[in-house]
Amino acid sequence: MTKAYDIIIAGGGHNGLVCAAYLAKAGKKVLVLEKNDIVGGAAITKEVFPGKSVSLCAQFLHQFNTRIADDLKLSEFGLEFIDTDCRTSLLSNDGRHLTVSFDGQVEGDVAEDEVKAFQILITRLQEFSETLGFLADIPPIDIFDPDMQDKLSALKLGWKLRFGLGAEKMSDFLRIVGMNIYDLINEELEDDRLKALLSVDSVLGTHAGPRSPGTILTYLYRQIGGGKGRTLVPKGGMGAVSKAIAASAQAKGADILTGMHVREVLIDNCRVVGLRTSCGTVYNAPIVVSNADPKTTVFDMVGSRHFEADFVHRINTIRMRGNSCKLHLSLNSIPEFSGLGSEALAGRVVIADSADYVENSFNPAKYNEWSSSPVIEFSIPTLNDPHLAENGHVLSATIQYAPYSLKGGWTDEAKEAFKNICIDTLSRFAPSLKDSIEQSLLLTPVDLENEIGMQGGNWHHGEFTLDQMLMMRPVPLASRYALPLDGLFLCGAGAHPGGGVMGSAGRNAANAILRGDKS
Amino acid sequence: MSSQGLAKEHYEMGLKKTPFYSRQKELDIMNEWHRWSGYTVPNVLNDVTFEYFAIRNSASVFDITPMAKYRIKGPDALDFMNRLLTRDMTKLRVGRVGYSVWCDDEGMVIDDGTVFRTSENEYLLCAQERQLETLKRNALGFDISFDDVSDDIAALSFQGPLTCTILKKVGFEGIDQLKMFDLKEFAFAGTTVMISRTGYTGDLGYELWINPENAGDLWDALFEAGKNYNVKAIGGDALEIARIEAGLLMAGKDFSPATSTVRPGHAKSPYELGLDWLVKLDKGVVFNGRRALIQERNKGPRYRFVRLDVEGNKTACSAYIFDRQGGKTIGHVSSAAWAPTAKKNVALGFVDMPYGEVGSTVWVEIYYQKELRWNRRWAKAVVMDGPFYNPERKTLTPPEAV
Repeated sequence: MTKAYDIIIAGGGHNGLVCAAYLAKAGKKVLVLEKNDIVGGAAITKEVFPGKSVSLCAQFLHQFNTRIADDLKLSEFGLEFIDTDCRTSLLSNDGRHLTVSFDGQVEGDVAEDEVKAFQILITRLQEFSETLGFLADIPPIDIFDPDMQDKLSALKLGWKLRFGLGAEKMSDFLRIVGMNIYDLINEELEDDRLKALLSVDSVLGTHAGPRSPGTILTYLYRQIGGGKGRTLVPKGGMGAVSKAIAASAQAKGADILTGMHVREVLIDNCRVVGLRTSCGTVYNAPIVVSNADPKTTVFDMVGSRHFEADFVHRINTIRMRGNSCKLHLSLNSIPEFSGLGSEALAGRVVIADSADYVENSFNPAKYNEWSSSPVIEFSIPTLNDPHLAENGHVLSATIQYAPYSLKGGWTDEAKEAFKNICIDTLSRFAPSLKDSIEQSLLLTPVDLENEIGMQGGNWHHGEFTLDQMLMMRPVPLASRYALPLDGLFLCGAGAHPGGGVMGSAGRNAANAILRGDKS
Repeated sequence: MSSQGLAKEHYEMGLKKTPFYSRQKELDIMNEWHRWSGYTVPNVLNDVTFEYFAIRNSASVFDITPMAKYRIKGPDALDFMNRLLTRDMTKLRVGRVGYSVWCDDEGMVIDDGTVFRTSENEYLLCAQERQLETLKRNALGFDISFDDVSDDIAALSFQGPLTCTILKKVGFEGIDQLKMFDLKEFAFAGTTVMISRTGYTGDLGYELWINPENAGDLWDALFEAGKNYNVKAIGGDALEIARIEAGLLMAGKDFSPATSTVRPGHAKSPYELGLDWLVKLDKGVVFNGRRALIQERNKGPRYRFVRLDVEGNKTACSAYIFDRQGGKTIGHVSSAAWAPTAKKNVALGFVDMPYGEVGSTVWVEIYYQKELRWNRRWAKAVVMDGPFYNPERKTLTPPEAV
């Protein structure tokens, strides 16, 4: 007979772990079941090459929720940062590279007026992000049956927009919030490189180009959290964040089992009674929380027949197209990137020299083809965090665009061909790169789906567009973490506020469970 | 999941004719036809009164070929139907037919219809409105296939006290043993005809389902065997009187199907249609509308379906319902007719809760035309308990021979 649990969390991604920690803190008996051998989901550090461990998928912390870090005392559980203001360098074809910090300080050959315009623009956007930021920490406002808290939140939002920002800025906000980033940067900036940087920051992890509507919103979303747009690099890679959260949860009494794949959620008389793992073990609990994406939860873990048809239809139509590959290169030495110091290589480096480059790179993805001039975000994390590799280095890159449903499929040949495109793109700036490469590993969206479980290989468990946000996330009428099946909750990025290593979805879900919410 | 059955370029076909068209046309002296699901069908062929009395006193033949018909089959067919319909489908055995409604997630009725369990893993769903989109939406995650067989099956509704006798004469051995809502296949003219003891008249009757090629032979056989029994082809108008008299609902007239209703409060739940008996909240599995209907059961519905016995002989078509003469509007009449057999001026309608308890009196304001001039009249109406007409022979097995 297994131990009795109040709540079982299916999936030990960072949101599942955050949810477990908050529930355990409130005195609940919690069990987390993780399919893989290590917890963290997409936020893990893995030995990708012998003796070399790096962040497998997510690499930088943009929206780290300081409130959660404080609540769960993550620093006491070993979370340290290598860098709390990681700068971004932009590689330009003409060799006029730039290095930019979160507050708009620019190093490089840019006119003073242009730097000023850039700073004004990002300060303006940052202010909007801060205005909206509080929405991430609360459940989406229930517009069908609002309680006092919902009404207060709605008032707070209105107040912040009208009186926090003031009429002029609110008007500006309303004008641009649904726009695309391309039009805005062309209104405000001249420099192609700065435009490229803002474009990349607006579209990473999405199925969108800078000219796609809603890309200002994705930019604003990326800047929320306590860091005011700072990029953080955890010591020991992203896995260190997940490990610290897991340790915090365990210290509060949560049990975490790895290598346990949840095969099905068990239902009796229209309510959740537990779950069964692929090895056949049954765990009983009146509440199951899914850290998986909404589609996997509904179709694979529970089964669509246990939900009503309109809900199933809405879940089925969630757009979750992954377009990002992960490329890891095992290096025996640091290749020379012309015009870029090793300090920059330890930070964040972006390859894209204009907004049009980014848009052109997106175009083929619309037709299920990869980009032959991809956007690349990379870093050599082993430079600043030498414990990651016994010897040598690893270059880790996020590559866009490489669609999940590639025409012809992601065959071995296709992977090899795309990997060469990526390495060639990098080599344009580092001619000696190929000589340094010992081994390479390309993870396509399909690989990411298989490895981590998110359908479509979509980081966000659902594309981040206006129609899939707030009270529409994951679908209307089910945005408050409780799904329309008694005892079933969602705590992953598919729920509000969404993806990125932030933990807010996990915390909000825990609060909903503790409040006794029902869909 | 798969679907097929729509003819290519069906939109170019114009008005379709059922396999019974030419036979009906031969009998037609009125030239009053209307469109039903793309087919042309008669309102009346000869005389509404004669046609109505064939339903109640002898035997009537009504062409129901235009009904939307879907064949659903596969290992998950039972689970699929059980999730779609409000009734407990585990109770519907092979060879039986069930009447049910199906709802959207808000518990609002999309349509009503009959479900034929033709084999262990196969059903035929018949409804007045098209349901392809609903079925497609419902099929996600189920190992079933569904085909639109609306055009592949010709059907006749054969209703009236003499129908069993006539069918026996045609040669359908054992037809008199068919219980109400039973379903059986019979050999006929080198093919098979599926006969169900079902109908829309509240009387003894059968529905006959056959492939379109042999449909004409079936028609001829019924008229040949029934020639001394006053068998009559009828149009929709006569049927309309019979179904109102029997207190039966019609989609698009008594309720607006949820899938084509946009105004808040205009769609209706099974409880609001007086169909509580079709909703099995405790069947143990999820079905569409379940959560909303549990809430509604606890909170109480918004409307009540009423069958009204209206004083006088002016039909209360489209009348408002009031709490007293000249008082507050509390509802509306959706269908009304003079019921010739019940000898009552009847109306079906909806009133706001808590009005309309059985036995209570409400008022209707009736507008009627006399020699082109409009008149109005206030009439008292009593809320009836059950249908106005419900003969014993409807359910007797074997049905009483006349």
